[in-house]
Amino acid sequence: MPERRPGRLLALALGLGLLAASAAAGEPDAARRAELRHRLLQDCGSCHGLTLKGGLGPPLLAESLAGKDRDGLVVTVLEGRPGTPMPPWKVELTEAEAAWLVDRLIRGELP
Amino acid sequence: MRRRTVLAAGLAAPLAPSRPAAAACPEPRGTADLVLIVERARGSVLVAESTGRTLLGRVEGLGDLSHASAVFSRDARFAFLFGRDGGLSKVDLLERRLVARVVQAGNAIGGAISEDGRIVAVANYEPGGVRLFSSEDLGPLGEVAAIGADGGRSKVVGLVDTPGGGFACTLYDAGEIWLLDPREPQRPEVRRFPGIGRLPYDANLTPDGRFYLAGLFGEDGIVLLDLWRLEEGPRRILDGYGRGEEPLPVYKMPHLQGWGQAGGHLLLPAVGRHEVLVVDRRDWREVGRIATLGQPVFVVVRPDGREAWVSFAHPDNGRIQVLDLDRLEVVATLAPGRAILHLEFTPRGDQLWLSARDDDRVPVLDPRRRAILAELPAEKPSGIFSTARAGRIGS
Repeated sequence: MPERRPGRLLALALGLGLLAASAAAGEPDAARRAELRHRLLQDCGSCHGLTLKGGLGPPLLAESLAGKDRDGLVVTVLEGRPGTPMPPWKVELTEAEAAWLVDRLIRGELP
Repeated sequence: MRRRTVLAAGLAAPLAPSRPAAAACPEPRGTADLVLIVERARGSVLVAESTGRTLLGRVEGLGDLSHASAVFSRDARFAFLFGRDGGLSKVDLLERRLVARVVQAGNAIGGAISEDGRIVAVANYEPGGVRLFSSEDLGPLGEVAAIGADGGRSKVVGLVDTPGGGFACTLYDAGEIWLLDPREPQRPEVRRFPGIGRLPYDANLTPDGRFYLAGLFGEDGIVLLDLWRLEEGPRRILDGYGRGEEPLPVYKMPHLQGWGQAGGHLLLPAVGRHEVLVVDRRDWREVGRIATLGQPVFVVVRPDGREAWVSFAHPDNGRIQVLDLDRLEVVATLAPGRAILHLEFTPRGDQLWLSARDDDRVPVLDPRRRAILAELPAEKPSGIFSTARAGRIGS
């Protein structure tokens, strides 16, 4: 359960800044990524677990997401899942941000 | 008194190397003013005291403490912590050390201690069920798999101790209330009440230990089981309290822990609404609703019953509101810190301790003057637990 320090993350993000600049449009910048990471752990984590191993909501680990439709997951994040406690996060997240989070989760990389 | 202290210190000195605990705690002290603060990300707890409002120490190595809760031994010396990762830890509040620890499941949500203090019960999500442990050394005593009438295994929520030495719990997926009798802990007896409703997300006992209430997420309503009249079975109260309106999305599940009972009223957080529901405790009818600034998570009544203090779900978790329970209205709105996750009063209500997760501190308020008395540093604090809980039914 190693917790990455925000400072280190930021330094890393700055170091990769040049590379990131050429990445897909709409990709969140370093500051926003740090915020998304915080969101993921603290707010998503309240149902999915701080280590994403699951809670009242299902686990979000790479092995538990394997085989799931990526675009479907992005829709779930943005729109929620009716009939379950999963709320829509589109008031907080853009589509690009949701996609960025989902891609990291699928690859098992904490953003 | 002073002479005795000097004498005691003089005597203790030669023994000190072999008795480090004596040096750490030279004077005996009580535990009734102790407060346990969970540091959710660090996997540690802080032990603090509310007389001088200081931190006494930190105990580490407790695993994943997101959503962790605690109960206390009946002498209020030891805390039992229930971690999200299935870890159950026994912490000595006076010596500030970990006494015993077991990882008893893959994913757990909370627990309870029997009224005689001998059995610690843990509610597990994975594998769904309840496991029983000796409070002495955390040795395993028995377990019950939460297999509902539908044949599936269910997550367990709302586990509490009940008068008479038993426990009550609720099956989230199956929608059932179970009463456990652990007189023979290897084979606990289970009394099942199936079909209570969809997705009961939490449950709790009234402070007198008589009524067990489960909040439903999948339906507008609360399920009530009168433990004095089990033959009547569970019944629905506040049915359709949303009156068919589309509920708002819920960014944080409300908690029934620490809900309020004041006078003849019970206060409950409404799911998916910016309201606190006020219920008459005699006939379980709705008396009124208090409009709040956001979706309530905790509704905590001050021990004297005059006010309830309410915390809110994201994105309103930077503010709290004070409800006057005589007039049933909001009388104050405060912004004591960022991401207020929990509130805990001292036993007689002279102080309110808050966890401000995103500020990494615990503000301590004077609830009457609504002024900050102290601020204690804590890393991502979440649950705060006063040892006064040791003497309460259903906590």
